[in-house]
Amino acid sequence: MLLVPCPNCGPRNSADLRYFGESHERPNPASASPHEWRSYLYLEDNPADWLKESWFCRSGCRRYFTLERHTGTNEFRSPPMPGNKVGGKA
Amino acid sequence: MGVLQKSKPARYSAVGLVRRGLRGDTWPRVWREVPLKKSYDVVIIGGGVHGLATAYYLATNHGITDVAVLDKAYLGSGGSGRNTAIVRSNYLTPEGVAFYDRSLQLYKTMAADLNMNVMFSERGHMTLAHTDGALRTMHWRAEVNKLQNINSSVIDPAEVKKLAPSLDTSSHPRYPILGALYHPPGGTIRHDAVVWGYARGADARGVEMHQKTEVLDITVEGGSGPDGKGPGGTVTGVRTSKGDISAPIVVNCTAGWATLISDMAGVRLPISTRPLQAAVTEPVKVFLPTVVVSGSLHVYVSQTDRGELVFGASVDPFNNYSVRGSLDFTEELASHVLELMPGISRMRLLRQWAGLCDMTPDYSPVMGFTPVQGFLCDVGWGTYGFKAGPVSGEQMAYCIATNETPELISAFNLSRFAAGELVGEKGAAAVGH
Ligand SMILES: Cc1cc2nc3c(=O)[nH]c(=O)nc-3n(C[C@H](O)[C@H](O)[C@H](O)COP(=O)(O)OP(=O)(O)OC[C@H]3O[C@@H](n4cnc5c(N)ncnc54)[C@H](O)[C@@H]3O)c2cc1C
Ligand SMILES: [Zn+2]
Repeated sequence: MLLVPCPNCGPRNSADLRYFGESHERPNPASASPHEWRSYLYLEDNPADWLKESWFCRSGCRRYFTLERHTGTNEFRSPPMPGNKVGGKA
Repeated sequence: MGVLQKSKPARYSAVGLVRRGLRGDTWPRVWREVPLKKSYDVVIIGGGVHGLATAYYLATNHGITDVAVLDKAYLGSGGSGRNTAIVRSNYLTPEGVAFYDRSLQLYKTMAADLNMNVMFSERGHMTLAHTDGALRTMHWRAEVNKLQNINSSVIDPAEVKKLAPSLDTSSHPRYPILGALYHPPGGTIRHDAVVWGYARGADARGVEMHQKTEVLDITVEGGSGPDGKGPGGTVTGVRTSKGDISAPIVVNCTAGWATLISDMAGVRLPISTRPLQAAVTEPVKVFLPTVVVSGSLHVYVSQTDRGELVFGASVDPFNNYSVRGSLDFTEELASHVLELMPGISRMRLLRQWAGLCDMTPDYSPVMGFTPVQGFLCDVGWGTYGFKAGPVSGEQMAYCIATNETPELISAFNLSRFAAGELVGEKGAAAVGH
């Protein structure tokens, strides 16, 4: 079990949340080239290190938020910042 | 035995087994341990079934033997030694079906080809449908399969019960069984034997296997990225924990670690690493004749020849490079398995484990050339790459030897993501096996 620190609800079992994965800045859909858009959609950094990622608090406050987790040890760091589904700048 | 001695592999046979047993002879090492050279024609990173099969077919089909397979741990320490050993070819896309079917053919003759008992058991494979939507996908898959001459059909609950009497086919469960996709040629095979068989075969033809040899960096010249790596560049070799190697061809066969390796060459991949967990029970009398999969319940089960039930599931819900098991997994697994087979409620789990899976957005692999000259990938194997080992090795060897992408894997090129031409295989591959 992984305890995810939701900024609104406090620590919650990861099973209560939905994982949205790596959070990258979304290119502007009106001006992005197909290549930029598909890179945004598909390519991953997938580090074995600290990863900035998005979660959705499905059974709790039902908000999206972004935080940093170490993908080797599962520690969380820095207070989670409010974010949204598409990531954006946290 | 001297380290540089060219090995003469003992031919394995029943007579040899008896003779050695009676004489008390020791068995020779299965592959040699030799010092790392300064250069090779081909360096393969990752000593799982994909890396070893590629080396084996390079030597066997193309006579390319100046090859080193490097692994940071031991051969088969990744997914290749941790999977649930299920093989099948009843996929959803025509590209997938043709590809996995070729692998099944190679598996069929593998014991003879490698002179190694790989314990291939063609016991049949059954994917249950619990919803109308799932049943529709089964029909779709069956039609795609039949068009390509794959033995695959949809059966009704009465036939399911006949094949596997321990399944609850009544209307009581939350997800009643409405039918199944039945694929008689599917089955299981001994994964360790496949790994060791390819290693032994490659060794006999001159390929070197280097365990505990970690690749720390890949050297690239002329690339468009910072430090000369990335698109447009050319591979010149690798740096390892045991020294630098120069090589014109470097192949990434590192599954769960694939993006860490491709980053070293400046190539970005559409891959995220997720653990997949599995578990095994104490042994009981054999009662389950086929492999049973349930998409809706995210679980699959088969029984080994020793009588243990082997369970698998879907990948863990978040990216991770840790292979620690979780209690969430065991609880969910147990409750779902008991919905399918209420009769096994008193059986005990012996152990659980996890392996890293390299998931792609379309559940199809990334194979062949990359924007860096001489740097090839055979990754994105997710939860289904064990069965693909033989055909991947064969096709990657062809790629390397001819500098051309063979038809069978052309759909799996990395460039499909930029082109938006994904090969959506989720309908046949989401429950990991
Ligand atoms: C629990 C589980 C069940 C599965 N069940 C099935 C199944 O039933 N059927 C099926 O078809 N597939 C199954 N799979 C998937 C399958 O196991 C994998 O897709 C397959 O084994 C991948 O093989 P590989 O050779 O590409 O990689 P791996 O076997 O993972 O080998 C990669 C190797 O790369 C090495 N490596 C990594 N980084 C470095 C470095 N820097 N330097 C040197 N070496 C490095 C690692 O040590 C490792 O040995 C399952 C996987 C798991 C985890
Ligand atoms: Zn919350």
